[in-house]
Amino acid sequence: MKLASTNDPGVTSIADKPAATAKLHVDPWSAGALVVAALVAMPVFSIAILALNPERNIWPHLANTVLPHMLQTTFLLLLGVGIGTAVLGVGTAWLVSLCRFPGRRIFEWALLAPFAMPAYLTAYTYVDFLEFAGPVQTTLRSIMGWARPADYWFPEIRSLGGAILVLSMTLYPYVYLSARTAFLQQSTGALEVSRTLGQGPWAVFFRVALPMARPAIVVGVILALMEALGDFGTVDYFAVRTLTAGIYDVWLGMGNAGGAAQIALALLGFVLLLITLERMARRDRRFHSVGGAMRAMPQFDLTPLKATAAIGACLTPLIGGFLIPAGVLLHMAIGRWAASLNSAFIGYAMNSLLLAAAASLLAVCIGLFLAYGARLGAGRGQKILTRIASVGYVIPGAVLALGVMIPFGAFDNALDAVLRAWFGISTGLLLSGTVIALLFAYVVRFLALSFGAMESGLARITPAMDMASRSLGQGRGGTLWRVHLPLLRGPILTAVLLVFVDCMKELPATIILRPFNFDTLATHVYTFASLGRLEDSALAGLSIVAAGILPVILLSRAISGRGRN
Amino acid sequence: MSSPRPVKAQVKNLKGLKLFAFLIATLPFSGVAAAAEVNVYSYRQPALMQPLFDKFTAVSGITVNTLFAAKGLAERIRAEGMNSPADVLLTVDVARLVELEEAGVTQPVASAVLTGAIPAPYRHPQGDWFALTQRARVVYAAKDRVKDGEVTTYEALAEPHWKGRICSRSGASDYNVALLAAQIAHHGEAQAEKWLRGLRANLARKPQGDDRAQIKAVAQGECDIALGNTYYMAMMLADPDQRRFAQAVHILFPNQPGSEHPYGTHVNVSGMAMAKHAPNPEAALKLMEFLSSSEAQNIYAESNSEYPVRPGVHGSALSQSWGPFKADGLPLTEIAKYRIRALEMVYETGFDQ
Repeated sequence: MKLASTNDPGVTSIADKPAATAKLHVDPWSAGALVVAALVAMPVFSIAILALNPERNIWPHLANTVLPHMLQTTFLLLLGVGIGTAVLGVGTAWLVSLCRFPGRRIFEWALLAPFAMPAYLTAYTYVDFLEFAGPVQTTLRSIMGWARPADYWFPEIRSLGGAILVLSMTLYPYVYLSARTAFLQQSTGALEVSRTLGQGPWAVFFRVALPMARPAIVVGVILALMEALGDFGTVDYFAVRTLTAGIYDVWLGMGNAGGAAQIALALLGFVLLLITLERMARRDRRFHSVGGAMRAMPQFDLTPLKATAAIGACLTPLIGGFLIPAGVLLHMAIGRWAASLNSAFIGYAMNSLLLAAAASLLAVCIGLFLAYGARLGAGRGQKILTRIASVGYVIPGAVLALGVMIPFGAFDNALDAVLRAWFGISTGLLLSGTVIALLFAYVVRFLALSFGAMESGLARITPAMDMASRSLGQGRGGTLWRVHLPLLRGPILTAVLLVFVDCMKELPATIILRPFNFDTLATHVYTFASLGRLEDSALAGLSIVAAGILPVILLSRAISGRGRN
Repeated sequence: MSSPRPVKAQVKNLKGLKLFAFLIATLPFSGVAAAAEVNVYSYRQPALMQPLFDKFTAVSGITVNTLFAAKGLAERIRAEGMNSPADVLLTVDVARLVELEEAGVTQPVASAVLTGAIPAPYRHPQGDWFALTQRARVVYAAKDRVKDGEVTTYEALAEPHWKGRICSRSGASDYNVALLAAQIAHHGEAQAEKWLRGLRANLARKPQGDDRAQIKAVAQGECDIALGNTYYMAMMLADPDQRRFAQAVHILFPNQPGSEHPYGTHVNVSGMAMAKHAPNPEAALKLMEFLSSSEAQNIYAESNSEYPVRPGVHGSALSQSWGPFKADGLPLTEIAKYRIRALEMVYETGFDQ
């Protein structure tokens, strides 16, 4: 699975008519796709409008003070998380996809488990576990007879290194997922040929498999980087002053939402640049899978020593990204079972599950609609709008929430004013402060996931299918419904589950946009964690993880299934 | 690649889909309030406010709807415009109260009950906001390593005597910014900046964590003193897992009479305002008046060990055990005035780096 456009050359435009004549009359598919693309890009544009009106110009002061440091920190964080997720994700994906060792079948799905863990919870548990006052250091001190920090050295968990570690261990599943799918779908022929030409397993990996999987790996790494950039909870907890911390300082500390929006847009521009550069770098190299992955992959049998090393390599991120944080949460939850398990809790869980389910279905429908619109020959406008909307992932959730509430509020008030003036009816706020606003925010925030999966899924379907279907009398809708939809089952499932898990974890937009008296598991956890009492909501934290684990296992099944068929 | 699923199987799934659609329909799609309700947008955690709201509902019969968020509520009210459902806004930090007023999302409230209950320094002259509690920013000191009389003033914390002995949360955090703003108000910018640099030079570690984390660090010997708000001590003492940290630390009030700068310990406030387009102004006023009543002020003090603004209402037994103290009489608006300058100063000194 590839999560965003790779500009696969396999796709030629399947437009009905030459572009010149298509312009002459409005085509419902293209027009619809354009409208939807404009809608999902709307929050980014309202942030841009916000950025045009800052309270005052923040840049001179920032540039003279903390900006260099923030840029450096942000750069190092991205570098660290980029390398960390790539090494963990690609390494483990290669091992479980192509090597045979005990436990491989379990690792196949278990390696996705850290994805179910919200990064802010992992961060919280790590600090709790490793800080000076935490159990690890306290035990060390009592054993060794140390008393003060000056007596010994221990790595500071609240640091850039700590943030890189935690974010890498939480976000590598994006890379693992895309790399694994790519490895499974690589032409087995290419790998076999390289083997018969005398290449060893390492050479096959570095000289054949890795270059062929590069587009997919890059997509995974970019998603991880976008999430790392947009994340505030984790870096804030680790006292790491990235640009995102600057966004919040400028917005809340200086009361300058416009200035904050400018920094957010700068981040967005940076990611667009990153994606463009990567595309340019591999423009001349194209990797087609001819014949697909219809046969079982060649498996390298590992010697006992190597198998042990492989198990160790797979266990490391699993322990660090899942078992330790889940263990700490479980330990907290056990003491407070009775206090946290009440009817309110069940309500939060229902809200979380329903919202996440609705949002993931909606996100995939919209992602598919946009991707199919693009396949039918989208105009430049739609392409640009969709691209902008799908890097909106890099905008911190709370800022994106502003981008949602401003146009929604404007729409509600305008409608209300019109109806009052003409009919004397007041509609009040139709959308603002409702679940619809929340669902909309989720769809926009996670469009990178849903649209990307649909786009790359469609790219793998040869245009000959469309042509055959169309020549047999199916319309464009019929072709989508009868031909593409069944073929897209895998990517659809992947996208639904990714968005579902991310919605379960989503916090910053939820907390600002939600209706009255409305809590999800994530907001419930947050209200306690913000009081320094995560212990009282550890059960809710665990439930987010539990609800995420099942989809993660299903997801893994779906991928392996496709690989083995 | 998988083969197309049979159409029958897809039709079967529709039943599940219907159930799902029904469940979705149960989500609250409308934020519109019914009769005898009051809608509260709160920057304060619901766990702290719920006992008060429950009591209010019991005495008035008015239901309280709440929305808690630590940020973005002012923007939300603005975006919602004249149709905003918000009646009452609850917030911490005087800067936020002033910000709400300046953003034009509050309205003046004329109530003899409120002006009678809340002294003039703790409310907006036209009634655009009212403080509810005081929160003193004190020194947490290790019981075994800080001598009596060693802690005197905020100013003295910048002296070399404290080198490597102080912990702090981020200089950009609301309460530290407010404290620095008060320093600017008292001594001017140049002196305040010198102070901040001195304080930074004395830090035992890079600023990090919340106020609880400072108490933990002091208790564990990472540093000897830290600055923080009193009620965090109360929260930790109430928590079986964290009590041991709080018990190793005690609270000292800086700048008391007899010290070199006897202007009093810095206090910030929590407060309330009526939203400009409050749809239920009568209920909102009732709630605001209730929150200023002796009864509510007592509950407030008991539940979070903050200092009530209403004269004659004493704090919790715990906060009383910390002793009486002189609070800084600096007008709250002065603190709010220097807030942005203070945050800029935090940046200029690289306090958090």
